[in-house]
Amino acid sequence: MISYLEFEKPVAALEARIAELRDTAAASGELDIAAEIRRLETKSAELLANTYRALSPWQKTQVARHPARPHFRDYVERMFTGFMPLGGDRLFGEDQAIIGGFARLGNRRVMLIGHEKGNDTQSRIRHNFGMGKPEGYRKAVRLMEMASRFGLPVVTLVDTSGAFPGVEAEERGQAEAIARSTEACLALGVPMVATIVGEGGSGGAVALASAERVLMLEHAVYSVISPEGCASILWRTAEKAPEAAEAMKVTAQDLLALGVIDRIVPEPVGGAHRDPAATCTALAAAIGEELDHLAGKNADALRALRAERFLRIGA
Amino acid sequence: MSWINRVRNALPFAAPKRDTPDNLWIKCPSCGEMLFTKEYEDNQSVCPRCDHHGRIGADARLAQLMDPGFVLLPAPKVKEDPLKFRDTKKYVDRIKGARAANPHPDALTNAVGRIEGKKAVVGVQEFAFMGGSMGMAVGNAFIAGTERAIREKCPYIAVTAAGGARMQEGILSLMQMPRSTVAISRLHAAGLPYIVVLTDPTTGGVTASYAMLGDIQIAEPGALIGFAGQRVIQDTIREKLPEGFQRAEYLHAHGMIDMVVHRHSLRATLAETIDYLMAAKAA
Repeated sequence: MISYLEFEKPVAALEARIAELRDTAAASGELDIAAEIRRLETKSAELLANTYRALSPWQKTQVARHPARPHFRDYVERMFTGFMPLGGDRLFGEDQAIIGGFARLGNRRVMLIGHEKGNDTQSRIRHNFGMGKPEGYRKAVRLMEMASRFGLPVVTLVDTSGAFPGVEAEERGQAEAIARSTEACLALGVPMVATIVGEGGSGGAVALASAERVLMLEHAVYSVISPEGCASILWRTAEKAPEAAEAMKVTAQDLLALGVIDRIVPEPVGGAHRDPAATCTALAAAIGEELDHLAGKNADALRALRAERFLRIGA
Repeated sequence: MSWINRVRNALPFAAPKRDTPDNLWIKCPSCGEMLFTKEYEDNQSVCPRCDHHGRIGADARLAQLMDPGFVLLPAPKVKEDPLKFRDTKKYVDRIKGARAANPHPDALTNAVGRIEGKKAVVGVQEFAFMGGSMGMAVGNAFIAGTERAIREKCPYIAVTAAGGARMQEGILSLMQMPRSTVAISRLHAAGLPYIVVLTDPTTGGVTASYAMLGDIQIAEPGALIGFAGQRVIQDTIREKLPEGFQRAEYLHAHGMIDMVVHRHSLRATLAETIDYLMAAKAA
């Protein structure tokens, strides 16, 4: 069962009609109904394609947050083999909002790190809705530094509304943990490829995305603050979120033009959640290509590449 | 005000002459004490009664910290309003307004000079300029400051004050987090110290990047320092925040900063810190 977004209502109506006809066809076996179903299916597919070709920044934000959108564990299952999760920051605890460990992408051995939002109430709570705490970012630092020591490229999958805003997170130095994680990305002596797969929310995203190659799924969003947050500060009402999303330039297409990201990975028609397998195939191929391009560069060259990449932005 | 006064004051020739300028007195925002502005400023904008550290601008800060004769660095040129951002007001108009009200063209001003005879480049964030917010101009000034420090072979000192990233520059403001971090790593690669002085308030993306990466982290008493805003946290946890939460003393107690230093001692502390950190280089 697909859950439809508000702007997908016309598609939903068509697809419901198709399902209804199918049931009738199954019962009666009439041929003219089969023709009608094909006609509606074509129409529905066209409508979906047209809708997704012209998504507004706010609509993309909703797609990026779609409950059925693939999450970290889906990518792990479909893109990687032999994932070995590694736990803890060795300082305070184990944060399930940020997961990392050894994994194989094809025949490449990598360190895989990413945010996990969870897909039902229980797992969402366990993963804190993908909002990392200081121990999560410090675990990422630990894993990145180890990857760098042992020559494993780092692959990150970013999907967070932002780092967790809470008393304990502040107490344990949320800001410092994020800053150190960004610093660790930039200091890596091994290749790093980051992909914004869903929401790239502010500092909590940057901390895992300060890579020399930054990819984005076609309908992912990446921004300094959530559209709702921006709207409630600048417009004094969260209802202006669609305007804020537009003004802030949060889409992959805008960010490619601004030089903030390097590559857009296309999603299946109707978004990643309509065909997770195809999404994963495309993403695995893209990350693999990027890693192959970077292979053979030495530590200093990689650091220089990363530094220059960021210094160039906006200049 | 009675109507007659209102009419009289509206007429420039009839308005009563004031014996005293508007700003002769200032009210301490913490204890409410009425203070002579002159006395307050002579005390480095610290309330003589309750020791509240008032917010000060870049010019006052530089004058307090550096030996006379320091030189301001030119503000780096940046692409203005890269996103053509408009909320209830155009961003270009907001910048214009901020420039009219402030002495410097954006929220971070660098100076090169000496602190008790020790060479340093100091960058000061101006909270009065759009909340000290970090956009391209602040990022580029930060980078320029560190580059100058590398050329001068001296430390870079950042005096932070900011609500966070400048939302009107969208993702480009966020990119100042890795950009400033690159600048710090270059300073470190040159073997030079980076010292942070956290002042009231320092929050958001600024705290989560260059404000927390100092070799030495100093904060002014009572300064609000944090990642998330207090309202956001309260909305998340729906509980009362602990006493002194996100204040300098709280961060010190939680191991996030080296020391809380009174404004009167800040200059001497910086000089002493530089002396230690640069000792091996000087020898």
